[in-house]
Amino acid sequence: MTPVLLIFFVLAGLAVLGAVSLVLQKHPIHSALSLIVVMVCLAGLYLLMGAEFVAAVQIIVYGGAIMVLFIFVIMLLNAGEEERTDFSKIAKFAGLPLALALTAAIAAAVVKPDQSLHPVTEPVIAKATEQISTMLFKEFVYPFELTSFLILVAIIGALVLAQREKK
Amino acid sequence: MIEFLKTSVSQNAFWLITIVKIVLLLFIVLTVNAYLTWFERKAVAHIQSRWGPHRVGPHGLLQPAADGLKFLFKEDPTPAGVDRFVYYLAPLLALALSLTALAVIPFGPNPLPFKILGQDVYLWIMKSDIGLLILFSITALSVYGIALAGWASNSKYSLLGGLRSSAQMVSYELALTMSVVGVLLMANTFSLQEIIEKQARPDAHQWGFWGWNFFGWAHGGIPVPQIIGFICFFTSAIAETNRAPFDLPEAESELVAGFHTEYASFKFAMFFIAEYTAMITVSCLATILFFGGWHSVFPEAWSIPKYIPSATLIPFGLWVIYDGIKYENIFGKIILPAVGFVMFAIGGTLIALPTVNDFIQPIFWFTAKVFVFLFFYVWARGTLPRLRYDQLMNVGWKLLLPVSIANVILTAAVVLWRSHP
Repeated sequence: MTPVLLIFFVLAGLAVLGAVSLVLQKHPIHSALSLIVVMVCLAGLYLLMGAEFVAAVQIIVYGGAIMVLFIFVIMLLNAGEEERTDFSKIAKFAGLPLALALTAAIAAAVVKPDQSLHPVTEPVIAKATEQISTMLFKEFVYPFELTSFLILVAIIGALVLAQREKK
Repeated sequence: MIEFLKTSVSQNAFWLITIVKIVLLLFIVLTVNAYLTWFERKAVAHIQSRWGPHRVGPHGLLQPAADGLKFLFKEDPTPAGVDRFVYYLAPLLALALSLTALAVIPFGPNPLPFKILGQDVYLWIMKSDIGLLILFSITALSVYGIALAGWASNSKYSLLGGLRSSAQMVSYELALTMSVVGVLLMANTFSLQEIIEKQARPDAHQWGFWGWNFFGWAHGGIPVPQIIGFICFFTSAIAETNRAPFDLPEAESELVAGFHTEYASFKFAMFFIAEYTAMITVSCLATILFFGGWHSVFPEAWSIPKYIPSATLIPFGLWVIYDGIKYENIFGKIILPAVGFVMFAIGGTLIALPTVNDFIQPIFWFTAKVFVFLFFYVWARGTLPRLRYDQLMNVGWKLLLPVSIANVILTAAVVLWRSHP
């Protein structure tokens, strides 16, 4: 087993464990912590694939900013332990089969020998950040700007809602 | 057996050297941490017309050791009703993250003058193309140590401290990142090594400090001084490290001790070490990004400034000997004169051996600049009053963020104009 494969299995295992614990934990803070573990492990997996920039952004944006806000809100509301209620009826019967079906579909897509999946090479890694920025600001500049506009609209919307509540 | 050891050592030389480097760096940084507390107490005391620690050892120099022993041997009670897992995790997280950040910091450009196990030994643990992003991602995560400590302690003061800290760090992270973008626009890279190299002009031998990003004259044409960028960077970095005047998470006049109220003994010390290590990291980062890293203040063509390390070490060594003999115990008889003599000898050796002197130059300048910023930290703590919470938020969102965005736009315009005049 090569070291890279070993690191992959450790990170992947931790990510899955974190995801399971996210669902099973009773306290919101513990769930949020599990989610942070998942995010950081995903960043490690990106790093393993040579996507340094994406890995760093994953930690800065998701692991840092967004999850800090989650934890901030949980702390501010002083949310206590959740009580287990009955699961929804659909989840009870259709949950497990649907989950299995999804796993099978993803596994089939991954296992299938596809031309588009090939290992990353050194020059790709060295220029990854440059390529991402060139693509973002040249080829995909309109979707990129539209997304930022969408986020701006969401921010203003949140502000308007918060102001209305105050009156 | 010996053959096997030899081959495995030479095959894994890189890993062995890296581990040794990590241990060495940890030792150095923890020692600097300890004496930073001494320096801070001394400096703040003198600002307030006091003596500061002066009983344990000459000039109170053994105070850090006494403090460390006290931290180790104090009772370590766990308060009732804490969330045990998170309560123990928080100080570990804070310490581990702040120490990890040191891995990407380059302390000098050249490898050691000799090879170890057939390998060049560079003065950094890890060279990465995204060094700066790694530092920012660690900063982004380091808020959890404090926020979780506040939450897990089951105390209202701790919780308030944790809440303040997470809000403060999220707000100031924006200004921190924005203020660095100007430097990135000029350097075109995230690699800390390359950012430093780009701050030397091609004709650096005549220019000295004008090439630093703070003055922004590294490329000819009109300069883009990052003075505004630096002020925004350092202000928000002080806020990110929770130091005075932005130390609201542990404001002792309001919150007892803030997020670490319920922590005692070594767990408290871990928060302390984390805070001081973060100070060192930020000072290194300010040096790297704005003040030319390991580049000398003087033009490289000048030969006299090369003797500045000797010129500081020799008189200081002599003074330590002179000051040491006054003590009528083991310090005066052996330790202080010996330390003074070693400093004197090192200073003399540097004059005698030009190769060693050339090797020491970048490290000397890097360390000197870092200590200037550490002094700024202490100075700010000794002289500035703590901000009120609404003032803190106003400064972060309404002053630092717009000003640093304006700095980005200005720098981008000049950089663009330079490439397409």
